[in-house]
Amino acid sequence: MAMKSGASREPFQLSMLFNDSRYRARTIQVFAFIILVLAATWLLDNTIRNLAALGKDFSFGFLWSTAGYDISPRAIDYSSTSSHARAALVGLLNTLIVAAMACVTATILGVFAGVLRLSNNWVVARLMTVYVESFRNVPALLWIIVVAAVMSEAMPAPNAFRGENPRASMVLWDSVAVTNRGIYLPVPDFTRSLGQAELALGALDLNDIAILGVLSLSFLIHRGLVKHAQRVQSATGRRPITWWKSLCIFALPMVALLYALGFHLDYPALKGLNFTGGLQLRNSFIALWIGLSVYTGAFIAEIVRSGILAISRGQTEAALALGLSPARTMRLVILPQALRIIIPPLISQYLNITKNTSLGLAVGYMDLRSTLGGITINQTGRELEGMLLMMLTYVAISLSISVVMNIYNDRVRLQER
Amino acid sequence: MNMHNVSWVRQDMVSPSARPDRQNGRLEWTRKNLFNGWVSTFLTLASVAAILWLAVAVAPWLGNSVWQATSLAECRQLLDGAPGACWAVIRDRWPQLLFGFYPPHLYWRPVLAFALLFAAFAPVLFRSPPARALWFSAVYPGIAYWLIWGGSLWFPTAVYLGFAVAVGLISLSARISHGFAISVAILGAVLWWLYAVEPLTSTANALLPITLDVVASRDIGGFLLSIVIGVTGIAMSLPLGILLALGRRSSLPLIHLLSVVFIEFIRGVPLITLLFTASLLLNYFLPPGTNFDLILRVVIMVTLFASAYMAEVIRGGLAALPRGQYEAAEALGLDYWKAQRLVILPQALKISIPGIVNSFIGLFKDTTLVMFIGLLDPIALAAAIRANTNWQGIYWELFIFIGAVFFVFCFGMSRYSMYLERRLKTDHR
Repeated sequence: MAMKSGASREPFQLSMLFNDSRYRARTIQVFAFIILVLAATWLLDNTIRNLAALGKDFSFGFLWSTAGYDISPRAIDYSSTSSHARAALVGLLNTLIVAAMACVTATILGVFAGVLRLSNNWVVARLMTVYVESFRNVPALLWIIVVAAVMSEAMPAPNAFRGENPRASMVLWDSVAVTNRGIYLPVPDFTRSLGQAELALGALDLNDIAILGVLSLSFLIHRGLVKHAQRVQSATGRRPITWWKSLCIFALPMVALLYALGFHLDYPALKGLNFTGGLQLRNSFIALWIGLSVYTGAFIAEIVRSGILAISRGQTEAALALGLSPARTMRLVILPQALRIIIPPLISQYLNITKNTSLGLAVGYMDLRSTLGGITINQTGRELEGMLLMMLTYVAISLSISVVMNIYNDRVRLQER
Repeated sequence: MNMHNVSWVRQDMVSPSARPDRQNGRLEWTRKNLFNGWVSTFLTLASVAAILWLAVAVAPWLGNSVWQATSLAECRQLLDGAPGACWAVIRDRWPQLLFGFYPPHLYWRPVLAFALLFAAFAPVLFRSPPARALWFSAVYPGIAYWLIWGGSLWFPTAVYLGFAVAVGLISLSARISHGFAISVAILGAVLWWLYAVEPLTSTANALLPITLDVVASRDIGGFLLSIVIGVTGIAMSLPLGILLALGRRSSLPLIHLLSVVFIEFIRGVPLITLLFTASLLLNYFLPPGTNFDLILRVVIMVTLFASAYMAEVIRGGLAALPRGQYEAAEALGLDYWKAQRLVILPQALKISIPGIVNSFIGLFKDTTLVMFIGLLDPIALAAAIRANTNWQGIYWELFIFIGAVFFVFCFGMSRYSMYLERRLKTDHR
């Protein structure tokens, strides 16, 4: 059959908008656009009419009025006379702090459980299977509430630590008190403190800055040392022993600095009805932190396990055939390849942790959702603005974590031909 | 070679000797799997010690269980200072944990709906279901709605007639164009639901009332609520997720953009904020005076939330398909939807089964978050029971029970997905 060439010369008919694939794409998009605009107009119109009916306007001015409520724990200076914006910032920092800590502990737990689940040891492998299956098949919220309930119901009250024969005692050489009001930890303190620098957002502890500075300096020197060792190794085939030099580089300046600052630990002590001194980790924080860590740890364990299993056996065999020890096989051959598979789902677990910190509502943790999205909304009646701001903040956190991790991901990606 | 020239030749086989004792049997297994090196030995001893410690701590508590009591104080009295579990709380509050405040004389309705759920799942569970089973699956949502919420049977019937209207409009306008017919059908069905359902229901009800006692949404709670939200969300998020995934891979810039913005926004915010939107903000976005059921709002939000995650899972499956499959479908002359339906999606969905079931499990666990907006899911009921004077101070028994029920559902789903994967495996690896 002869093909008729020049189909485009056909006269245009209305039905071609639907039947001709050259036009259909545009028709669909125009329709979608019209529907989108109509829907947006409808929503906007409803919102404006509803706001008018309630006698409200749409403004973010409420952010600068006095919050009038207290928040604890708080990472930066805040009092009930601060503004709603500052309350939101304190909440945001609380969200980020608990998320970061839960990410670290969940990763440690997950890597351990994932590796041990693959171990040849029958008991340990079964035990880890039980851990993974039981923690990931039960809602995170339940784990958080269980930890909170155990903390508040089963732990001794502070007055149980009192007297000649107390019913409860502090653990770890009398430094940590586990009570039903939270856990009291010793905190580092400095007798010759450098003081604080006042900045726009809050005070900055100069001692921390000094410690960080010394640490990064040590790190730079250590890198130079390792580079030198590598040069020697490639030139002579013999790697100089560096571990004690590294230890000195890190330990000596730090010890000197801490001595100069007059470093000591501030221990919690029972005074009156409660413990004073040290650092109090509230039940809400502990419940959220532990609950999210053990829950997400189970998911990370599965990610680690599947990442290691995905590396073909030939890689291990090849590495062993080259004469690498099992530990080096793991470190130099298996892990770098497995990480490439592990990192992307790991990122999404970190994002999940960040979003799941909003479950702190169940135990009364003062995060972004309960400051900006909770008390502020209730006090000012600005549901629309408050929720919008809170959602956008969460989206911004999510997007920035995924951007950072995507950059890393691109760097470790397998370079193919 | 002649046998006689050789001085001696062995004529029979040497019987194999047994392996050395250390190389087989239980002892060897133990050595290999439990005490292989000092790290392994340490781990074994540590785990055995941990298990023993746990068993010693838990065994008397479980062994002394009290099943018959009406309060924690009574439990403690019966136990007389010994450690023991007070399962009486589960026995006492069992109906509440299952059904919330659903009227007790109507319990048969949700139970029947739950039993019929398995019949509705038949097409998924069995390989070649009879055509009638598919019809039942299609009408099941209406039946379940009617059974659980009660009211007039004519309401779900009128809603279903909307689908009939859509099918009728498609067959009428199909001659003009495929896309046109679908748009007309959607428009017709929406108009039907907006303007015809209510008058039709009231008229039919006046002529022939078939009604069940109405149960208010706020009375529905416990695992019934979790299952209602979970099953509806699961059933609706899969098709929506497929559409979103196709939209994200679409070559039409506007559709692509809309899908990306929707998916990334939903994935960026916690479910709690969406639920609060449903309970606090929805009144702003709807025409003044509209007020619709809280459970329905929650189901919509949970579905939207799950569908964004589903879309990403399915997009992974679509991306994993070799390009040849797309090109082959096009070469066969299939149009976009036919290619997707017959060639692409069956393979892509098969690849993404583990991910899909993981989202289902996540969705089912997330139904517990509805406690934050005042619905009585099992965890909210546990909080209510713990606040009750009779049961104040109890926690392990309630949480173990709730956790165990969730575990059974979620673990069951994940095992079923593994079975499904094996069953659908058609490659020859």
